[in-house]
Amino acid sequence: MMADSGPEEIAVIGNTDLTSAELENNIKNTMVEIEKWTSLLRKMEISVGEAEKRTGKNTVNMQEIYTVYLIETRPVDAVTEGIIPAPDSLWRRYSEFELLRNYLLVTYPFVVVAPLPEKRAEIVWHKLSADNMDPDFVERRRVGLENFLLRLASHPVLCNDKIFYIFLTEEKGWKEMVYETGFQAKADSRLKAMNAAFRVKNPDKRFTELKHYSDELQTVVSQLLRVRARVADRLYGVYKVHGNYGRVFSEWSAIEKEMGDGLQSAGHHMDAYAASVDDILEEEEHYADQLKEYLFYTEALRAVCRKHELTQFELEMAAQDLASKKQQKEELVTGTVRTFSLKGMTSKLFGQETAEQREAKLQVLEQQIEEGEEAVKEKNTESDEFVKTAWLDIEHFKDQKDRDLKEALISYAIMQISRCKKGIQMWTNAKECFNKM
Amino acid sequence: MSRTIDAVVSPTQTNTIPADISGQMLDLDEDDDLEVFSKDLTLADGNMFNASMPTSPGSMVNQCKFEEDEESDSKDIFITVDNPESHVTAIETFITYRVLTKTTRSEFDNSEYEVRRRYQDFLWLKGKLEDAHSTLIVHPLPEKFVVKGMVERFNGDFIETRRKALHKFLNRVADHPILSCSEDFKVFLSAQAWELTTYKKQGPGFLSRMGETVRAVANSVRGVKNRPEEFTAIQEYVEDFSNKIGSLDKVTQRIVKEQKEYLEELKEYGPTYTLWSGSEEELAEQLKGVAGCIERCCKETEEQVGHLSDTLVPVLHEYVLCAETLKAVLRRRDNIQAEFEAKNEALATKKVDRDALKEEIDKLEDRVEWANNALKGDWGRWQRSMRGDLKSAFLSTAEKNVDYYEKCLAVWETFLLSQRTEPSEETDRDNTP
Repeated sequence: MMADSGPEEIAVIGNTDLTSAELENNIKNTMVEIEKWTSLLRKMEISVGEAEKRTGKNTVNMQEIYTVYLIETRPVDAVTEGIIPAPDSLWRRYSEFELLRNYLLVTYPFVVVAPLPEKRAEIVWHKLSADNMDPDFVERRRVGLENFLLRLASHPVLCNDKIFYIFLTEEKGWKEMVYETGFQAKADSRLKAMNAAFRVKNPDKRFTELKHYSDELQTVVSQLLRVRARVADRLYGVYKVHGNYGRVFSEWSAIEKEMGDGLQSAGHHMDAYAASVDDILEEEEHYADQLKEYLFYTEALRAVCRKHELTQFELEMAAQDLASKKQQKEELVTGTVRTFSLKGMTSKLFGQETAEQREAKLQVLEQQIEEGEEAVKEKNTESDEFVKTAWLDIEHFKDQKDRDLKEALISYAIMQISRCKKGIQMWTNAKECFNKM
Repeated sequence: MSRTIDAVVSPTQTNTIPADISGQMLDLDEDDDLEVFSKDLTLADGNMFNASMPTSPGSMVNQCKFEEDEESDSKDIFITVDNPESHVTAIETFITYRVLTKTTRSEFDNSEYEVRRRYQDFLWLKGKLEDAHSTLIVHPLPEKFVVKGMVERFNGDFIETRRKALHKFLNRVADHPILSCSEDFKVFLSAQAWELTTYKKQGPGFLSRMGETVRAVANSVRGVKNRPEEFTAIQEYVEDFSNKIGSLDKVTQRIVKEQKEYLEELKEYGPTYTLWSGSEEELAEQLKGVAGCIERCCKETEEQVGHLSDTLVPVLHEYVLCAETLKAVLRRRDNIQAEFEAKNEALATKKVDRDALKEEIDKLEDRVEWANNALKGDWGRWQRSMRGDLKSAFLSTAEKNVDYYEKCLAVWETFLLSQRTEPSEETDRDNTP
């Protein structure tokens, strides 16, 4: 269990139960040192160990085959005592991961929530199977899911979430727990809001820029991944055709006396060369996955920007409403009608209202104005809170992104270096064989 | 980054090849080309140096070694084919090539000749040589037509490929101890255009040549009865060789195709990183760095494909044609034997002038023996040439591939080095997965 902020203290529905001070403190602490004591990762090792196939009935009562992933957790301190206990484990399928993520998206709208790995293999080069059951795909997805959990566990806010904790530790009843939080209703309204069209007059410029950035990032990374897949495809072809040399050299060596040995061994090297491309491209697929993660992150970024627009819009609406009420009051008090209204017209036509009627209206308006001012104040606070907390998380995300992608580019260079070295070795070997011809 | 292979040929030391190459069969023809270029500074009209001549590190070393090598025949004739020119007449358009000969041989009046020849002339020469020496192995000429049709004949690449093949053809003839003494060969190299035309008109007329062809067909239909074992062995080898070399030709052409397609995609890949860098701040430099690496690798890939097309593809293609030549030579030898056997049988069965027939049979028997010996001698020669040519071509290809990967390695290593020397604040931060 966690030491300080026990899960019960953290509200599972919305962030409004946390005081802003607590939230800010949480984030500040972890911003300074990523793996501070609030991080779940300090407490437990998390891994997604294996994958298995299961059969069962789906929602429309049809037989289906699906894959489940083994989540293993173990308290960190247990290991340091010299004895390594067996980890606790449970099985989860992809749809449960999706549910967890949707819950977190709704509950922490100011957080850029890490994306899940692809549901289906997309942007693959054609030799790589697009089949979800393909063992290589399942393996890569396993790695992606583990990465997802580790991202959540190291996030200063998300790691404290109770639902997340239970996802990791209790197999049964978790789904029901999630639905009991009532997040589904929030999810539906969130979805509506996401798709609604509205105009914000004064959005925070940083969020507007961020939205543009995430659109750009999505476009450029998609394109990069597509071309990379095509390049991989072609490279595969080049290497594999050399395998034909292996076969023909071998056959040819049978009819030659002096050249036979040289040809035969050269043929072996050609076979090895052709075979080497499989591992090379598999490794590159991991690089592609790293880029894909950030491609999928753009959706989360856009969601946060959208939430800002929504809260800003609500604030603007509340302010607008208040302003109109105030104006109505003024008109009533001074008797001047500045804006056209049917009431105003009818009263002009059918005579003024009585003093009592006016007084009653004024009372109502003043009540509304009071309420309106409260609402505006609330919305203002809400909006400020959101901007503050979201922007902190975004800065955190940006740093993480720069670090991770730099790492990825370096690993890509290393992969190319490795491929070149292999090429040098193979062709040097082949050259020596040709020399013996 | 240290390399694991010490003996690797780095791009800056292309001449430092392991010494054991010198003991192997030398590719004499490539040496000829280089000897001409290095010796003949008098012919400084610029056309002499043809940058596209194959100058693999292997042959450059061979050149140096060759001058010290006393075992090989002293070269006394050097031929180059270059300078293609287009000629347009009312009837046709054709290309002529300049044929330059330098020789110290006594049968030539001059030591230098410069003539222009067209493909037809080469065909004529080959025909004459084969007629005179039907069981000698004459190096093939490049093919007459390109599959795609007329327009391709005047395409720059096609002309260059043909020029190289014609050059090789003449040099192989010049190398041959028997063929190079041919009068037709001498005339080909030395006669002016009109002289050659006159010369061509001499010799057996159309009808007598037809007669020869008819006899040849008749003989081949009859078939040979007692072919010596060694020629059967050669025939079986030629069949197999023909298959294998045909496959290698196809495989290599496929590799060139795949490599070119890879290059096309690669050219689009680098720019995607550049595009991305436009949206980034911290990452911009690195992304541009990766784009630059990919671009440089594109250049290297282009060079590598070019090398393959220039070096390996033509040689394999030549030996596909050689295989056909060999089959034809074996057929002709069979026909000679068949003719002898037929006459021999006639001696036993037909009622003819026995003395006259006997004399004819003796002549045919001599002819068979001469043909067999010629072929036997040339067969060894051809095999050595073949081994030399193919070994050299594959060696050159392997060397180029090593060079290619080394250059790409350097590109990525330089990039990696530039990343690792970034300010330490980047690397000291904890990395959360």
